[in-house]
Amino acid sequence: MSATTAGSRRPAKARIGRSDRRDRHDRPKQEWGNPVTYFIALLFIAVCVAPVLYIVVGGFRTNAQITTSPAGLPNPWVISNYTSVLTSVTFWGEFVNSLVVGLASTLGIVVLGMMVSFVLARYNFRLKGAMYTLFAAGLMFPMVIAITPLYIVIKDLGLIDNLLGIIIPQIAFGLPTTVIILVPFLRAIPKEIEEAAALDGTSRLGFFVRMVLPLSLPGVVTVGILAFIGSWNNYVLPLYILNSQKNYTLPLGVQAFSSQYSTNTAQVLAFTSLAMLPALIFFSIFQKRIVGGLTGAVKG
Amino acid sequence: MSDTLGTDAAIARQSQGTPRAGGAAKSAPPASPRASVRRRGRGRVRMRLEIAVLSGPAIIMFLAFVIFPVVLAAYYGFYRWHGYGPATDWVGLNNYKLIFTDPAFQQVLWHNLLIVVLSLVIQGPIAIVLALLLNQRIRGRSVIRVLIFVPYVISEVIVGTGWSLMLQANGAVNDLLGHIGLGFLQNDWLADPKLAIWTLMGIISWKYIGFAVILMLAGLQSIPDELFEAAAIDGATYWQIQRRITLPLLGPTIRIWGFLSIIGSLQLFDLVYIIWGQYVSGTAGTSTMAIYMVAQGRDAGNFGYGSAVAVVMFLISLVVALIYQRFVLRRDLRGAVTEGEIR
Repeated sequence: MSATTAGSRRPAKARIGRSDRRDRHDRPKQEWGNPVTYFIALLFIAVCVAPVLYIVVGGFRTNAQITTSPAGLPNPWVISNYTSVLTSVTFWGEFVNSLVVGLASTLGIVVLGMMVSFVLARYNFRLKGAMYTLFAAGLMFPMVIAITPLYIVIKDLGLIDNLLGIIIPQIAFGLPTTVIILVPFLRAIPKEIEEAAALDGTSRLGFFVRMVLPLSLPGVVTVGILAFIGSWNNYVLPLYILNSQKNYTLPLGVQAFSSQYSTNTAQVLAFTSLAMLPALIFFSIFQKRIVGGLTGAVKG
Repeated sequence: MSDTLGTDAAIARQSQGTPRAGGAAKSAPPASPRASVRRRGRGRVRMRLEIAVLSGPAIIMFLAFVIFPVVLAAYYGFYRWHGYGPATDWVGLNNYKLIFTDPAFQQVLWHNLLIVVLSLVIQGPIAIVLALLLNQRIRGRSVIRVLIFVPYVISEVIVGTGWSLMLQANGAVNDLLGHIGLGFLQNDWLADPKLAIWTLMGIISWKYIGFAVILMLAGLQSIPDELFEAAAIDGATYWQIQRRITLPLLGPTIRIWGFLSIIGSLQLFDLVYIIWGQYVSGTAGTSTMAIYMVAQGRDAGNFGYGSAVAVVMFLISLVVALIYQRFVLRRDLRGAVTEGEIR
């Protein structure tokens, strides 16, 4: 319920009241604005999207077409590249691995991140500042820098070539972003609500479950999407941890496929575009949240 | 300034939260005042327990898989160690001496610095101008926002695979240039050592500029309209408003973007590894510190040396981050890294 209300809001929440008023008085209907702006916007969009379209459309061509005219359009369109990828066990195996890793990592990041953010936002204790600093500092050290020692740790735990060896570090490395985004959300819940809840006999944990969770849902969704897309796209960790092809996630799969079938460009393009599709769909469904969540994070 | 914006956001969030929560609170049964007094009495122990239970798992995970590996790397960095059994071959600072005297490392360090600077110089101005343009009242703004974010959402592997196919000597880019009469621009984009780093910069800009624009747009939208209205009433022109009001108020956003961009550039790995691979990237002049670490560490089986490279990368990032925070983000991050704003 609260998700839909929050989702329809524009990111700049504070302005809503005012701009509504202006909409009514100053702008009976939306104006079109400067054509130069549209031209530049379209140009920019073309630059952003064209390479992606090239990959998707290229998958509908044959290798002969691609060789004779690399930048041409499909003529005729063939779907055999896509169907052969979609019927291959390799693709679906890697797809399922990516999905399992993505969902488990997202769940872990959201649950653990929410718990610790709640403590940081709503409790007072001596080590709070140090705790927050610890997580904020984690933002500075992305996974690539820690990958060699991380590999050693995972190896000592016996989790090499195991999906858990990817899920667990991803949860740990996802926590800093989560904390940075969620703490302001949780802190913004007015103290009065908490006091009212306490007065009504709700414990702090009851308050957490019955008030905080629903009220911070927009932030939670943002964090969840970022976590899922991050996991879906992660390359360096699977590269280190996963050895056997049956455990590959899609990024590794794309790379393996494109080096294995390097002469079959059309099929590589089809495989690649199918691999990026889920993240793109996921993103376009929830894009408002990501932009809104970034707004919150930037305001700091 | 960031303070006002922060409060602004907090107020906005409060106004969003209050009505619903108020409704929920009303439905709960009222408790006697004595109960709440009693609760406060044994509250301290209970509170500590709650803090421990709620924050424990996250902290343990974080310490075990983010902090501990870095400490471990510092330890193994002093050994010649191939990844099996306990490390016994203590070599002191020898690994570090090797790293800093290796011309290959100096080369990758230089590439990283170049990528840091060029990313800021290329993406920053373009992103600001585009954000200013797109922040106007134009139709289809939300569609535009989704589309320019697409390259950022796609994984590096896919971006790398796609671009390396397009940029081959007989690939789509050269073909297209020939068709539109710019055949003289055709090049061997990936293999020419003079060109490769610029090709890389082009791909990096393509991939990450959408993120910069979205960030700037978000920052622009948090600037209160009143300021623009007041300036317009005072007779300021469009460009005066942008220069005197928008840019200064966008400062915190620009500085945070700069920070994220620098850290990202220092750890660049995926794109280069996918497009050039560890061997070609050396001859094409695009290899980075992370590529060096993977090649000299895991792939060569020298985990001690690889750990030392990781420590060097870590320290470089740390120093850069601290300097940046000390001198650039001083005010913006007061809440994030110091206790200051935590209440």
